[in-house]
Amino acid sequence: MLSRTAENLFWVARYMERAETMARLLEVGARIALTPSTGHGYRSEWESLLQASGTADGFSEKYGDPVQRNIESYLFFDRDNPSSVVSCIERARENARIVRTAITGQVWDTLNTAFQEIRQIERQPRSEWEITELCEWVARQSALLRGAMDGTMLRNDGFFFMNLGYALERADNTARLIDVKYFVLLPSVEMVGSGLDNYQWQVLLRALQSYRAFHWAYGGELTASKIMHFLILNPASPRSLISATRKAMHHLDNLESFYEVEPGTGLPQMRAKAIMTELNQTQVAEIIDEGLHEFLTRFIGEVGQLTALVQQTYLSGDAR
Amino acid sequence: MTEYFNEMFDGGKVRQPYNGLDGWMREMPSELRAMKQAEAEALFRRIGITFAVYGEGGDPDRLIPFDMFPRVFTQPEWRKLERGIKQRARALNAFLLDVYGRGEIVRAGRIPARLVYQNDAYERAVSGFIPPRGIYSHIVGVDLVRTGPDQFYVLEDNCRTPSGVSYMLENREIMMRMFPQLFRENRIEPVDGYSDALRRTLASVAPTKCEGEPTVAILTPGHFNSAYYEHSFLADLMGVELVEGPDLFCEGGFCWMRTTEGPKKLDVIYRRIDDAFLDPLCFRPDSMLGIPGLMDVYRSGGVSICSAPGAGVADDKAIYTFVPEMVRFYLGEEPLLENVPTWQCAKKDDCKYVLENLSELVVKEVHGSGGYGMLVGPKSTKEQIENFRHKIEDNPENYIAQPTLALSTTPTFVEEGVAPRHVDLRPYCLVGEKVELVPGGLTRVALTEGSLVVNSSQGGGVKDTWVLAE
Amino acid sequence: MILTVNHVTTYDYDAPMGAAVQSLRMFPSRFEGQRVIEWDVSVEGGLRGGSFRDGAGDRVEGWSIRPPVDEVAITVKGQVETFDTSGVLRGHRELVHPMAYLRETVATWIDDSLAALAEEAVAGATEDLNRAHRLSAAISEAIAYKPGATHSHTTAAEALAQGEGVCQDHAHALVAVARCVDLPARYVSGYLFATDDGTPHEAAHAWGEIWVAGIGWIGFDPANKCCPDERYIRLGSGLDAREAAPIRGITQGSGEERLHVTVALDQVQQ
Repeated sequence: MLSRTAENLFWVARYMERAETMARLLEVGARIALTPSTGHGYRSEWESLLQASGTADGFSEKYGDPVQRNIESYLFFDRDNPSSVVSCIERARENARIVRTAITGQVWDTLNTAFQEIRQIERQPRSEWEITELCEWVARQSALLRGAMDGTMLRNDGFFFMNLGYALERADNTARLIDVKYFVLLPSVEMVGSGLDNYQWQVLLRALQSYRAFHWAYGGELTASKIMHFLILNPASPRSLISATRKAMHHLDNLESFYEVEPGTGLPQMRAKAIMTELNQTQVAEIIDEGLHEFLTRFIGEVGQLTALVQQTYLSGDAR
Repeated sequence: MTEYFNEMFDGGKVRQPYNGLDGWMREMPSELRAMKQAEAEALFRRIGITFAVYGEGGDPDRLIPFDMFPRVFTQPEWRKLERGIKQRARALNAFLLDVYGRGEIVRAGRIPARLVYQNDAYERAVSGFIPPRGIYSHIVGVDLVRTGPDQFYVLEDNCRTPSGVSYMLENREIMMRMFPQLFRENRIEPVDGYSDALRRTLASVAPTKCEGEPTVAILTPGHFNSAYYEHSFLADLMGVELVEGPDLFCEGGFCWMRTTEGPKKLDVIYRRIDDAFLDPLCFRPDSMLGIPGLMDVYRSGGVSICSAPGAGVADDKAIYTFVPEMVRFYLGEEPLLENVPTWQCAKKDDCKYVLENLSELVVKEVHGSGGYGMLVGPKSTKEQIENFRHKIEDNPENYIAQPTLALSTTPTFVEEGVAPRHVDLRPYCLVGEKVELVPGGLTRVALTEGSLVVNSSQGGGVKDTWVLAE
Repeated sequence: MILTVNHVTTYDYDAPMGAAVQSLRMFPSRFEGQRVIEWDVSVEGGLRGGSFRDGAGDRVEGWSIRPPVDEVAITVKGQVETFDTSGVLRGHRELVHPMAYLRETVATWIDDSLAALAEEAVAGATEDLNRAHRLSAAISEAIAYKPGATHSHTTAAEALAQGEGVCQDHAHALVAVARCVDLPARYVSGYLFATDDGTPHEAAHAWGEIWVAGIGWIGFDPANKCCPDERYIRLGSGLDAREAAPIRGITQGSGEERLHVTVALDQVQQ
């Protein structure tokens, strides 16, 4: 397969996952905005959302003060914001259009329909939409795409590259979401374990649509360390860092066997395996010792390096 | 008042090829027609066939209007056309091979040297090179118009990369889905062999250094190009890669594709980009689309480029006049298809005649395409004609003129029902190990009443084109 | 005369670059005026690509270097026996029709001054050979040799307006005025062996060729007011300097490029 084709497929999945993350972030914000503030004001919560999404600078340049309405517009609709939901969906569709023939009709239909629908949504007055409705719509598009892929695509390199894109983007995004909660949302360390702390964890779980799953898995009191375990180390949790990493490794293995390369010899695999081994041996207590933010920053860096290796090995076309 | 030949009705009588459509047309309730039309549009949009019009901006996802009323040829009509087109394609290729070699036709005084060698499309960089099988133009699109039952004229030849073949294929696909009974009741020659034939043609001109089964790819300028859909459609049908310049590189005398498994040798490039953008080392140094070193690889027999760089000199409007001469010179045959009489404004006498008769003539730019920069005398205002007069006077070499042809009409669905509209025809002739032509082509129709301009960029639509089996 | 050539061209970059691709036209032409004894072209660390002789008779060879590229070094070494043919390119095999050399290019664009100069130079002359000589003399007159006065993108018209330039400008101006009076003309690149008494011209040299019906292509060197003789080695030709360039190359990347050239031409004592 052409390296560029693989790259386009990889990015279709990444953009779709990113659109979903952006929508989930907005949902977190909207929920927090609905609860009485606990002193430090709602402004900084929105601010922290912008920071988490990596769009704070672009936003303040365009709008100045973080006002909920503007933030919603910026994160959802704004084409100037390369990470907005609309930008992501458009790019996902454009990447798919370029490699139209490497995907199935159903996968294309899903993306094309999402694109046409979002244009419809844009044409309607904003007041007709609740942000939560919009966010649900995005989550649904993302689910539809995954379903269409699973249901219709040949299990060949194209399929593996798309899934690899999903896994790497998800690993990165989930880590960032957790980081917002811990580092950005919570104003000071003294508040760990406070009512606010627990409330914010809840919001995060809900945003990840994992609230019920968490209770099934753990039961009892909601504690920070249980939640950390759930979101980082529990292989049963579909969005946990360990699940995303395992998925990336799985599809790297698939690629190797598809290309009939000796198993486990590729640089990306070795790196993925190293990340996996470390996660397997990590305890929540150790994460707390290291500092959650520090741990997450390191993890995000490692995922970045893994992505660079994938780029070098498969997507640049230079490897021999 | 000009009499136009109506391909379906001869007075009140239905001509034989259209017998099978008369009842269909009369029995179709208007609601059904509207429904089918909407269905066709939805299908096109869903498949993603769109055409962006140069210079018009607007919606790049615009559709070319599709008219459901087929255009029909009988087997004898088609066989005659087919022979003429193949003959022309062979002559054009013989001409190209000759003028990049010894130039016998020029030495023999049959074509003025200046017209060939000073032509912008004459590519000095390929002179002396004999491409595989001596073929320069592998896909020849011949634009034809009809003025009577047995009267066809060639309007122009397209030796570079004629576009539109995806419409020929998709129009048929959609007609078969919407009106299967028509295909049961009429015996219509299939066109879907085109992609296999194209693949065979391309593979048959693999370069000398290629061993084994050649790898073929289509080279596109990219997804912003208005014909990108067609490029990806053809790549998909043939099962070959669709590549852009940056996907390729040259090394060791070969051209390579960047793939997820490392470099893969490429043997035949069906390019859909202009000569100027092929290789920045040889042509435009500022080209970002091109592949540095490609021409060196091509000329040393490491890769084939279809159509060959320099093929454009054969479809130049100034050279067009001489195509019948080429048929006689190279093939020793009489041309089966006629040219439209053409006045060269570069010639003094011709120019005088043209300026005196502007309101009767169609004037075209020598290097123009797509219906731009064109004057249709009888359909233009006094002011437009005067404007054009100045343009011709300023730069006569840049213009040729032809009589306004009485283009035939075929029934076409319009707002009020069915009405005659003017049409042309572009069949696609493949030249490789064999010279072949699928039975059909692209019929373009001027949807505006009375209009003679069929270009899709100027409000033209397309139709399915049938050749009836015997 | 037997001449030895030692020519090294180096491009170096201040940052590592992507792949480099070169198209070299650095092989002596085959005609009665020169006979190659030995000749070798190589690119350090490069891979040799395809090679062919083009329609104008020039041999071209492609090369590439894999990334990362810090430096591109092209070395030409060889020995050629040369003969004086009074500038006539006798015995040169080529296919391109002379009329293909009437086209203007950006570098040889004809402005009013060039046209006036051409017209004045050939006034009264009827024979093409005579007209060609007069054009060459007129260019020698109109443009003084002065290194550094012009640069590689200077056009014929600009050089004439300035009244000074180097061999590239002389050659551009000559082919421009020749085409102006309907004489096919082309730009030629090669080497010039400067004898002790000669002026200090660079050894890498350029001149013009004009098509004279009945004789063929004839070289004219307005920079040295002569026709090429046994001191000249001819490499290749084109419509202008860009087309006739011995080296055409592209190196991917955004690094700053520095060019360094050394050419040594020596006569073998017999």
